Amino acid sequence: MSTYLARRLATILPTLLFVTILIFSLQQLLPGDPAKVLAGEEQDPAVIAYLQKKMHLDQPLPVRYVYWLGGVLTGDLGESLRMQKPVTALIAEKLPVTIELALIAIVIALAIGIPAGIVSAVYKNRWPDYLANAVALWGLSTPNFWLGIMLILFFSVQLGWLPASGYVSPFEDLRANLAAMIMPAFVLGNAIAAVLMRHTRSAMLQVMSSDYVRTARAKGLNERVVVLKHALRNALTPVVTLGALELGTLLSGAVLTEQVFTIPGFGKLIVDAVFNRDYAVVQGVVLFTATAYIALNLLADLAYFLINPRLRG
Amino acid sequence: MATLAIDALPREASPGARALRRLSRRPSAMVGLFFVVFFVLLAILAPWVSPYDPLATSWSAIRKAPSWAHWFGTDEIGRDVLARVIWGTRASLLAGVVSVSISIALGVPIGLLAGYAGRWPDALISRVTDAMLATPFLILAIALAAFLGPSLTNAMIAIGISATPIFIRLTRAQVQTVKVEDYVEAARALGNPHPRIAVRHILPNVVPPLIVQATLAIAAAVIAEASLSFLGLGQQPPAPSWGSMLNTAKNYVEQAPWMAVWPGLSIFLLVLSFNLLGDGMRDALDPREGV
Repeated sequence: MSTYLARRLATILPTLLFVTILIFSLQQLLPGDPAKVLAGEEQDPAVIAYLQKKMHLDQPLPVRYVYWLGGVLTGDLGESLRMQKPVTALIAEKLPVTIELALIAIVIALAIGIPAGIVSAVYKNRWPDYLANAVALWGLSTPNFWLGIMLILFFSVQLGWLPASGYVSPFEDLRANLAAMIMPAFVLGNAIAAVLMRHTRSAMLQVMSSDYVRTARAKGLNERVVVLKHALRNALTPVVTLGALELGTLLSGAVLTEQVFTIPGFGKLIVDAVFNRDYAVVQGVVLFTATAYIALNLLADLAYFLINPRLRG
Repeated sequence: MATLAIDALPREASPGARALRRLSRRPSAMVGLFFVVFFVLLAILAPWVSPYDPLATSWSAIRKAPSWAHWFGTDEIGRDVLARVIWGTRASLLAGVVSVSISIALGVPIGLLAGYAGRWPDALISRVTDAMLATPFLILAIALAAFLGPSLTNAMIAIGISATPIFIRLTRAQVQTVKVEDYVEAARALGNPHPRIAVRHILPNVVPPLIVQATLAIAAAVIAEASLSFLGLGQQPPAPSWGSMLNTAKNYVEQAPWMAVWPGLSIFLLVLSFNLLGDGMRDALDPREGV
């Protein structure tokens, strides 16, 4: 286990280093003096001078990167010029909202994707399989911001059942919180459900044709027990890892979903930062997202390692 | 006698022709192809088939519901939604094709180098690719578009760069499989220089999976362009684009739902068509995949 972890970390650290180089380089895309661009429309000379000093603009590029990286390693992602707050504080403030949204979305994706994948594999090349595949293709092809607008049109405007936008903290009013979160979470979970369905189907088909499933059937076990107890347990192992790759979809999707439903989360933070030309926030959010994505994938790999005895051997 | 017998045998079709035949037998792929062709024609013929000027405003026709005069209704400043949907096809298709071309132009040579050269170029390229893949596609595209400035061109560059690592990885993996084949060894033994082996002997054999990936990547790029335009980072108003139309439409869901229905349906249909075609091509090029 520790050897495996060490090996994984050995590949992750250089990747993280390149992520920081990539994100630092984004600044170089800005035309002209970065301090002037970052200072915004006011072009306050004091702000420009402060930024030039803070960003070490008189130093060569690699030195500037080292200074920036030093800050990042000590948890200093810079400061939001617009909101006059450290970027880390902003992320910490907005993150819980997005985590809640993402968790509900994952529950919805699992609740739809895995049963649909099982049904599709069990009834291969019959109508439930065709139906599940058609629904998956629909899920993969629907832009989630459009689905969000259509749900608002139906459930909020036509039926008046759910709020069209806004956010209420679960600690304030859990019912109102869930009412506000259910549509965005469904929108976010929809595309992931489609991917999970495809992965589950293919893993189940592979497992169902294996010897031990045939043995289980030969023993005269009930088909339901064979599918749910013997086949599913093994089929779910690759689904865990492949599903983890969809965390990127979740984070990207949150940006659009939060915009449609006006949810004050992490995604809305980056979009607002883009329009306020608050570049430190954009860089900070991207860096945080990439690091979180790498960390979550590592966790999924470890989970895969732990639940698959053959790897531990 | 022997010659006669050989002549009598049916000539074996090329792998490409066989794949095309398999593709044509897949109804879903054919439906996808039909709609892709439909949208391409719509984009080309926009000036002739569009019922109105997509930029022409009319203060007497603000947010009018669909009617005989305006089949898809009108928007918040009286522009014809159908005309804007038709002209918006151009932005979507252009973004899809151009950004995927950028990804291929960057990703295939880099992937070829990594896969063929191995050693430190491979290690370096792989780490950079991993770093790019660690940043979710749309978030990287948003960040790039933010720093480059909002415009359709910059959105296409941002999407193209963000999708490049997928092509690097795919090409690299394919090259690693192909480069140990006997015919490549033979080409090397004959004294062919490395660039020639890579381009003339290896590259043609990695093309089929790249075509499939490119088709599916166009679908992703169309959604990405619509997403960036929806966020205000793509096509700038008043030029029509499906994503920016939805951005405006979300403010009028209650008063003018038709403003949101048609552009979204168009994105859905175009993306679905590329996905159907891509899935069909994957199955046709690799019969084992169809299982």
